[in-house]
Amino acid sequence: MLYLPHTREDIASMLETIGVDDLDGLFSTVPEDCRFTGDLNLPEALTEWELNDHMKALSDSMATFPAYKVFMGAGSYEHFIPASVSYLLSRSEFVTSYTPYQPEMSQGTLQAIYEYQTLAARLMGVDVATASHYDGAAALAEALLMAARITKRRKVVISSLIHPLYRRVVQTYFEPTEYEVVQLPYLKSGTTDFAALDDMDDLAAVGIQSPNFFGCIEDLQAIGEKTHDKEALFIASFTEALAYGLLKNPGSQGADIVAGEGQSLGIPRSFGGPGLGMLGSRKKFMRSLPGRLVGLTKDLDGKRGFVLTLATREQHIRREKATSNICTNNSLCALAAAMYMASVGGTGIRELARLNYDKAEYLKAELKKAGCIISFDSPTFNEFVVEFPSGFEATHRRLLEKKIVAGLCLAPYYSELANHYLLCVTETITKEDMDTLVSCLRSCFQKSKQA
Amino acid sequence: MNESLGDTGLILNDPLLWEKGKKGRCGFSLPRRDVESAPLREDLIDEGPDFPDLSEVDVVRHYTRLAQWNFGVDTGMYPLGSCTMKYNPKINEKYASLPGLAGAHPLMPADLSQGALKMMFELEEYLTEITGMDATTLQPAAGAHGEFTGMLLIHAFHVRKGASRSKIIVPDTAHGTNPASAALCGYRPVAVSSNEDGILSADAVAEVMDEDTAGIMITNPNTLGLFEENSKEIAEIIHAKGGLVYCDGANMNAVMGVVKMGAIGVDVMQLNLHKTFSTPHGGGGPGSGPVCIKKHLEPFLPVPRVVRDNGTYVLAEDYPESIGKVQAFHGAFGVMIKAYSYIRRMGPKNLNKASQLAVLNANYIKERLKGTLHLPYDRPCMHECVFSDKHQAAQKIATMDMAKRLMDYGFHPPTVYFPLVVHGAIMVEPTETESKEDIDQFIDAFKAIVNEAKEDPDLLRDAPRSCKVRRLDETTAARKPCLAG
Repeated sequence: MLYLPHTREDIASMLETIGVDDLDGLFSTVPEDCRFTGDLNLPEALTEWELNDHMKALSDSMATFPAYKVFMGAGSYEHFIPASVSYLLSRSEFVTSYTPYQPEMSQGTLQAIYEYQTLAARLMGVDVATASHYDGAAALAEALLMAARITKRRKVVISSLIHPLYRRVVQTYFEPTEYEVVQLPYLKSGTTDFAALDDMDDLAAVGIQSPNFFGCIEDLQAIGEKTHDKEALFIASFTEALAYGLLKNPGSQGADIVAGEGQSLGIPRSFGGPGLGMLGSRKKFMRSLPGRLVGLTKDLDGKRGFVLTLATREQHIRREKATSNICTNNSLCALAAAMYMASVGGTGIRELARLNYDKAEYLKAELKKAGCIISFDSPTFNEFVVEFPSGFEATHRRLLEKKIVAGLCLAPYYSELANHYLLCVTETITKEDMDTLVSCLRSCFQKSKQA
Repeated sequence: MNESLGDTGLILNDPLLWEKGKKGRCGFSLPRRDVESAPLREDLIDEGPDFPDLSEVDVVRHYTRLAQWNFGVDTGMYPLGSCTMKYNPKINEKYASLPGLAGAHPLMPADLSQGALKMMFELEEYLTEITGMDATTLQPAAGAHGEFTGMLLIHAFHVRKGASRSKIIVPDTAHGTNPASAALCGYRPVAVSSNEDGILSADAVAEVMDEDTAGIMITNPNTLGLFEENSKEIAEIIHAKGGLVYCDGANMNAVMGVVKMGAIGVDVMQLNLHKTFSTPHGGGGPGSGPVCIKKHLEPFLPVPRVVRDNGTYVLAEDYPESIGKVQAFHGAFGVMIKAYSYIRRMGPKNLNKASQLAVLNANYIKERLKGTLHLPYDRPCMHECVFSDKHQAAQKIATMDMAKRLMDYGFHPPTVYFPLVVHGAIMVEPTETESKEDIDQFIDAFKAIVNEAKEDPDLLRDAPRSCKVRRLDETTAARKPCLAG
């Protein structure tokens, strides 16, 4: 086996040094009645060449871009990733290192994460960003717990237009706690109805996603002001980080904590994970942040260097009193995002984000012309909700056969929204793709009218 | 010994990203604009994020230089205890980036995602078999996330029984994540000390176990690298009072094909795919922390679950007692592919062999270094062994000094000052992928360092001298934090 370097002679001489007769003798401290003596019931080893075929078959069975035109985002977005980013990210000094506990040997990871924290903080408009979390949903759950700890209050309020799967993660995290999670309804405009906040008390935090799950841009400033009137913390969430290449960032709109998903920033969709949980806050809450943080410092010669810092918040020091149980972050995903943000640049990210917006607006307009209803009139970024004629499910199926994924059906998440679909357009979708979608829809509608 | 591995190398400086570049550069091929610009409300936008503008060459040089300041398993031996820094096979990376897998949308219909679902289903089966449990969820994103998920399952189990319990037993040798994960579920950790052999005694557990205690979190093999010999008896004590046994499976690399945790009373455990199953650590993640459970916890597993139905795979949501979700989608799928590939490449015999060789390497180091370094528990170890700096106290040399000096010899230091039960702990986990020659070189380096501690201790106090930077001022970093530029 090529991953196991020991020769028979090596094993014999090492066993002799140890003073046991055979490999089995190494396990003398495992009591007899704890020993498993059979063979594991697993498939026999494959050669690299056999496994190549097997994995290729698994991969080939999947419906993915570019063979499929996927007009579906909903928290997982298809964006171009420069070859240089994938290439640099495969440098094994980054890939095969551990959490940088020994900073002198890990300056590469540490500086890269410090730079990620900086760019992430600038993107979200906060003073401090952490070294990353598992995904946007976990980051949001941690942000809400953090707010409850800071304010010592018991109620957190989240918009029903936060990604439904994120809300389920929040529910799971909060279930064993003493805190209560309350949801805000939404308005006909496709944004959060926060009027109910007036009558609520004991509020720890209000969490709003923008662009929200319907793709609509929320009035963060107004909700933030209302939240602060209640002396609660305002948490902004997001699933499409690229939106902040164009839109005002949440920090500038009054968010105290920002938590969302950074998959759009150079990370492949990979069936939903690993993602990049982005989390940041105002400076005054820095010591309450969960997760790893990298800080700037100097070495003995006064040279610039970086270390993991504020460890007294963390589980390996504080144990049960820590701000979180997190040990690992998603470092390599943060590194991918930093490489991506550095490659696209300030000028580039704005152009790219604008292109996403313009393309989505183009499709919106074409769909309207084809007789579809754009369900909500609030401005959107690169996703929006369309109401199709009833019985659209069959059409959606037919389009799949033509390798077009005409958005995500919303009915399983919002039962009142039958025939409503969430569509997404990124820079990877061409005008031609959109025209094909619209013409297919037209001909389907035509046929069903005739029928 | 022969010439040492350590050298000053070719280390080039590079400024921070925003200290380089020029407005107007771009390292990204902007896609063609094939639609008109649409109207956009001015009040929604501002000038955009303050990112530097860099060319592709700027970015490539920057990260290439940064990479050169880093040490990974591919650079050399990385015997970080409890972290299982084994070799990460390159073929795994290739599979994870296959276009059908890397490009897959998590919400695509199941019939268009069969390859991904089949892989997940089979990986769950393999992990269930290796641990001897009844079912597995792949959703947790990391080891600590798996612990948290396991605690949620235990919590759900007790709530259904109508008895919410308030405490959980956590040994003093446990990883810090254990008490922190328990606390997230509202449990108060009750510490129990290990005995003079470095393991838990059944009596110590019996003394604290009661009907208000949800169960025990036990790391086996434990963080001293020792097998918890009384684990079966301990499980009986816990079960007798209605509690459950959680096993932190971070150290599973020692016992694949040797011990099935499901057969020794464990009810729930997590595995760290980034340790035992060879997926790379990535400088601190992404990991993956699947949770394996016994039948009685199955109703509570996170959803959706991958189910096989007449040869096709579907995502099933209908588990009313499920704890819900711990990740938005299916977990760290990209990491799972690598673990799956590893298991398929290894097969059952080599997985068992890997554990045997991991234990062989650790015992070999223990035997050869125990005259040089103080060995607090002189017993056969599993995958790692723990020394201390007791013998160096006379020279006023501490564990950290020896760790830093190892860098000059070209090795990543072991885990230091953990577990907390050993003062000045030096926790060495070589893993099975290190050859005898590399291990001999590590042993020789350690012996040379211990010698230096006697003859020229300043060499250690000044170490490292061959890295990009010298020792860093961590106190000021924490006192006056600068976390962004």
